[in-house]
Amino acid sequence: MYRYDEFDAAIVYDRVKQFRGQVERRLSGELSEDEFKPLRLMNGLYLQLHAYMLRVAIPYGTLSSKQLRKLAHIARKYDKGYAHFTTRQNVQYNWPALVDVPDILDGLSTVEMHAIQTSGNCIRNVTSDQYAGATAEEIEDPRPWCEIIRQWSTLHPEFSFLPRKFKIAVTASDHDRAAVRVHDIGLRLHKSLTGEVGFEVIVGGGLGRTPIIGPTIREFLPKKHLLSYLEAILRVYNLYGRRDNKYKARIKILVNAEGVDRFREQVEQEWALIKGSDLDLPVCEIDRIRVYFSPPVFERLPHESASLKESIQSDDGFARWVRVNTAAHKQPGYAIVNISLKPIGGVPGDATDAQMEAAADLAERYSFDEIRVTHEQNLCLPHVKKDNLFAVWTTLKQHDLATANIGLVSDIIACPGLDYCTLANTRSIPIAQRISERFADFDVQENLGEIKVKISGCINACGHHHVGHIGILGVDKKGEEFYQVTLGGSAAEDACLGDIVGRGLSSGEVVDAVERLVDFYRGERNDGERFLDAYRRLGPGPFKEALYANA
Amino acid sequence: MPMLELVEGKLIRVDTTPCEEISLVVWRGGAQPEAGVSALVLPNDAPAEDVGHEVNAFAAVVLEFPTFKDGRAYSQARILRERFGYGGKIRARGEILRDQIAFMVRCGFDAFEMETSKSGFYNQALLDFSHVYQPAADAALPVWRQRAQRAVAAE
Ligand code: SF4
Repeated sequence: MYRYDEFDAAIVYDRVKQFRGQVERRLSGELSEDEFKPLRLMNGLYLQLHAYMLRVAIPYGTLSSKQLRKLAHIARKYDKGYAHFTTRQNVQYNWPALVDVPDILDGLSTVEMHAIQTSGNCIRNVTSDQYAGATAEEIEDPRPWCEIIRQWSTLHPEFSFLPRKFKIAVTASDHDRAAVRVHDIGLRLHKSLTGEVGFEVIVGGGLGRTPIIGPTIREFLPKKHLLSYLEAILRVYNLYGRRDNKYKARIKILVNAEGVDRFREQVEQEWALIKGSDLDLPVCEIDRIRVYFSPPVFERLPHESASLKESIQSDDGFARWVRVNTAAHKQPGYAIVNISLKPIGGVPGDATDAQMEAAADLAERYSFDEIRVTHEQNLCLPHVKKDNLFAVWTTLKQHDLATANIGLVSDIIACPGLDYCTLANTRSIPIAQRISERFADFDVQENLGEIKVKISGCINACGHHHVGHIGILGVDKKGEEFYQVTLGGSAAEDACLGDIVGRGLSSGEVVDAVERLVDFYRGERNDGERFLDAYRRLGPGPFKEALYANA
Repeated sequence: MPMLELVEGKLIRVDTTPCEEISLVVWRGGAQPEAGVSALVLPNDAPAEDVGHEVNAFAAVVLEFPTFKDGRAYSQARILRERFGYGGKIRARGEILRDQIAFMVRCGFDAFEMETSKSGFYNQALLDFSHVYQPAADAALPVWRQRAQRAVAAE
C-alpha cells in the first residue's frame, strides 16, 4: 500500500488546518451558511435532510487495518455507530456534528486519510478494481497509476472549479469491475500488438439523467504520458464544458455535442502543446510509487488446500460461501474473499463499528493487512490463504458478515434515497430490503446465478439503475412513490444501458414484479445462461409481459 | 475598484488602476494597445489562443470570474503565461473567494480586484499549503521534484 512521506502528510495536515479555520469562522458567525457552503463542499461535508454528512475518500478502495479501525472509531465516537460504504469506494458518515468535523479530519490524517475532493466540481476520488494486485487476469496492478492520478489531481489549481464533478476509474483486467465505461474518464491498461502496456482512454461515460456508455478516444496511450494526456482532456473540458445548465455540464455532454472525433482532435491538439512540459512524471517517481504496491510476500503453497476441502465437505453453509463469495487468486493456495455488506433485509453498504473492527482484525491476521472497498458496496480481503478460509468465515459469521450473496440477486446496490438525500423522489433502501427478503432463500439465489439489481431514488442515478440487469428508478407521481424498471443494463466489460420497459409500479407492486421477472427468466433460461444473457437473447417483449402480468 | 497585487509573494494594496481597458471586441476592431498602459479584457468564453503572442503588447490582461464556480479563467491564465510567455499583469475580476487566491496565483494571476481591507486575511491564504503536487504557471516545485532532489542529495 502507498504510505505518505512528509510531503503527502504536510498537504493533508495543511488542509485540515485550513478547514478548522473555516469551521471556526462559521461557528462564530463570521461566515454565513452561504459563504461556508463552497468551503465545506470542498471538504466532503454535505447538508442532508436531517444532518450533515461527511464523505471520506478511500483512494482506489484500498484500506489498511489501521485505517479501517479508525473509520470504526469515528463511527462510534462521532456518529451513530455505523458508516456507509458508497458506490465510489468512499465511506460516508450520516450524523456528524459540525463542531466535531475538524477533529474527525484530524483523526483521519493520523492514518493518512482525508475528505479532500470528495465533493465539489473537481476531480474526485479515483476508483479501481477491488481485485487489483490479487487477480491473475490483470496486466499489471492499476493502483500505482491511481495513486499517481490522486497526487496530480489533489488541489489542482486549474481544475478545482470545473463545470461539474469529475470521476476517473482505472482497471487492468478484461473483466471490468471498475465500471470504466460509465466514468468521466475510464482508463483500461492493456497490451498493444507490440507488447507494450498502455492505456485505452475512454471519455464521457456516465449515468445520471443522460446515461452514456463512454466512447474510446484513444486506443493506446503510452503509460509515461498519462498525466499530460489527462491534463489536456481536463483543460478542454474546463474551457468548453457547459456551465449554463448543471444537468448538461458533465463532460459526456461536451463529447456528445462536439462528436467524438472533434473532441479527440481538440484533446490531441492541446496535448501536442503540453506533452513536452514538466507534467509527466520521471521514471524514478513512477518507480518510487510502484514499490509501495509490490506484491506481499506470499508463501509457496500447493494449489489445493486439504483442510479447505475437508471443511467444505463437512459444512454446507461454508461450502456455499466459498462458492459464492471467494474468487480466484493469482497466487497458488490463496483466494480473494468478498465480505458482503448486504445481509438479508439490511441496508446495502452499511457497516457497524464492530463489523469494521472485525474486518480489520481479519485483514491484519489473514490478508497482509489489506482491505478493499468495492463499487458494489461490499468489502474484500484480497489475499487470504485457502487454509485460513474456514477461520475467516467463522469470524465473519459471528459478525453477520458472511452472507453468501456476492453477485446474486440480493447483492443490491441502492442509493441513500429519501431516507437521507435531499434530492430524492423516493426511498431506495426499503425496496432493496424487501427484494432481498423476498429472495432470502440461498438455494434459490444461488440457483438464479448472477443478477445485478440496482436502485436509485431519483434520476440522478447514484444507485446506477441504468446499468443494472434489473434497474429500479424512483419517480414521484403526484406525491406518491413509483418505481420504473429498466432491464438489461450492465456496468461490466459488456457495458450497456438498460431498456425502460413501461409504466412505473407502486411501491406495493414493485417487489412482486421483480419476482415475476426472475421467475420468467428461470423458466426460459438455457443451461448456465445468466439473466442478462437470457434477456439479450429473448429481448424486452416477453420480460415486459412478465413484469406487468398481474398488474 | 480597489486592488491587491502580488509583489514578491505578498498581496499588497494598490490604489490606482493604471490601465486603460480595451475589450476583446474593440481590439479585434483594430484598436492599438498603448505600451505600458493598456489592459485587455478577455471574456472567459474567448480562447486565449485568439489573442496569442499579441497579448504581450498589453500591460495587463483582465480575466473574469462571473461567479466563483466558473473556473475557465484559471485555464486562460495558464495558457497566457505558459504558452505565450505573457509577462504582464493578469488581473482577476469578479467573485473571488479567499481560498481560491492560492489557486489563482499558481495559475499566473498577480492582481485581484477585491476588498483590500482584508489583505492580511488573504495573505494568510497564500500560506495555507506548504507543498504542491503538480507544476503550474508559478515557480513552485511539485513534490516529485523535491523528492528527486532529496534522493540525489542523499546519494
Ligand atoms: S439517486 Fe437521487 S435520491 Fe439517490 S442518492 Fe442520488 S440524488 Fe439522492
